[in-house]
Amino acid sequence: MKEHVYETVYLREKDFQEGRVLFETWVPNARYAWDAGVAIGRFLQELKAGRLVGTRCANCGRVMVPPRMFCEHCFAPIDEFVPLEDTGTVITFSLCYVTWDMVRIEEPQIPAVIGIDGASPGMGIMHLLGEVDPKAVKIGMRVAAVWKPPEERTGAITDILYFKPLE
Amino acid sequence: MGRNRVAIVGAGMTKFVRRAQETAKELAWEAASKALESCELTLDDIDAVVVDTAPEAFDGVHMNSEYLSDGAGGWGKPVIRGYVGGGTGVFAAIQGWYHVASGLFDTVLVVCEEKMSSCQPHPQGAFLTIFDHTTERPLKPNLLWIFALEMNAYMSRYGLSKKDIALVAVKNKRNAADHPAALLGDPNITVEDILNTEVLAWPVQRGDVSPISDGAVALVMCAEHVARRVTDKPVWVEGVGWSLDTAYWTNRDLSYPVYVEEAARMAYKMAGITEPRKQIHIAEPYDPFDYKELHHLEGLLLFDKGKAPEATALGITQRDGDLPVCPSGGLLGVGNPIAAAGLMKVAEIFWQLRGEAGARQVPGQPKRGVAQAWGDLMQVGTVIVLGI
Repeated sequence: MKEHVYETVYLREKDFQEGRVLFETWVPNARYAWDAGVAIGRFLQELKAGRLVGTRCANCGRVMVPPRMFCEHCFAPIDEFVPLEDTGTVITFSLCYVTWDMVRIEEPQIPAVIGIDGASPGMGIMHLLGEVDPKAVKIGMRVAAVWKPPEERTGAITDILYFKPLE
Repeated sequence: MGRNRVAIVGAGMTKFVRRAQETAKELAWEAASKALESCELTLDDIDAVVVDTAPEAFDGVHMNSEYLSDGAGGWGKPVIRGYVGGGTGVFAAIQGWYHVASGLFDTVLVVCEEKMSSCQPHPQGAFLTIFDHTTERPLKPNLLWIFALEMNAYMSRYGLSKKDIALVAVKNKRNAADHPAALLGDPNITVEDILNTEVLAWPVQRGDVSPISDGAVALVMCAEHVARRVTDKPVWVEGVGWSLDTAYWTNRDLSYPVYVEEAARMAYKMAGITEPRKQIHIAEPYDPFDYKELHHLEGLLLFDKGKAPEATALGITQRDGDLPVCPSGGLLGVGNPIAAAGLMKVAEIFWQLRGEAGARQVPGQPKRGVAQAWGDLMQVGTVIVLGI
């Protein structure tokens, strides 16, 4: 078995720090301006007004969030937007103690998948939890959106600051 | 539908290391030349080449497969790349299979390479664009979130503890101690060692995660008439399958990988497997995180839903257990150069079925094994069944 493994050269972090190996660096400069799209465009417009919306497929009846302009199951167009509540249930969550580049953070961020009231069962969105003791977060916990003040909203998912426990 | 029978006749790999001095091209050459050498073929014998590598953003090279194709033996030949994220390594073998099964080519070289170490300050940065640009990225997500959310959903559904899951990391890192290419093999690691590692995104701790790695793996696949000439120990591809779930990941049941089940059913049907728990003797499910091995064993229908942890605790999945799982040491132990890691699993089944796995050889002369990988936006299952 060993004969089928090439003796690859192993480098240590120190080799790079001390400049003992040659390398080249490049900092990319690429910027993007994404179109929000037909369904998400409407979703953002409603967020600005302090409301959550989904879409209902006339064929299978699913009420979906995030909303979409076609049903991926029925492969049929959707044109019915339905208002949803700004409350929901924690489907799953994490307590995150690191940034994406592995720097530690003291107070954990609490990302969660939140099943939105008024949408079909299991239809969740990703957002953050706040105003809650990390140790008290539970799957199944009922939560409500905390909105930015209307004048600060921009039509973005961040118009909801986070979700907090419902009393 | 007529399909030609396809065999794997050779395999080779580089060491999996934290940081290789070799470029992507050089790593691909190391693995490809080892695979050819293992079956005493040369590049002249190869009709077509499959070159797969996962996110281009790791290397910062657009068309990365084409860039490293010279190292993979692609010069002047029909070359194809496939890319299904973490599922790529097993998918590469599936591509090799249909190149030959279709009758278009007799002998194909399949090469998977990954070099994660180039991406600064952390290769996670290359993954961040996986999140939806409008509904998710403004929340500044971190890739660990989705795994933590899935792991928590799985633990919560079946009432599992961190210890139940850490046993997988212990098993695989111990198994890897016998792998000559392994990055994180440790024969003495204990469950306490895993449970004492730092919390990254609870429930995910450092010890639950496979390491950032560089490496490459290659296989030689060929038609039956070539295989009979090249070796007296061909390993046959008996079945392949793959399936993709919705990209609306927050709408899925995160506690069960239904896409793996769909891929497994496709592969088992092709292989004529009706009772996978009896007919499969060895498994290499994808284990970038310890809970994923359990998740995937259930998706592969090898254990009931929620029961893979119990089987692990009972030792059933140990190398000398009833169903050896990740005898290679898996991604947790050997390392996780994404595309190469998946193909390493196929190579492990190849070596195990030929009785060539050295210190890792499972007892009882296994006759059939399954390898599986997972990727894209946590939504693809890729499965291959090999037999002798």
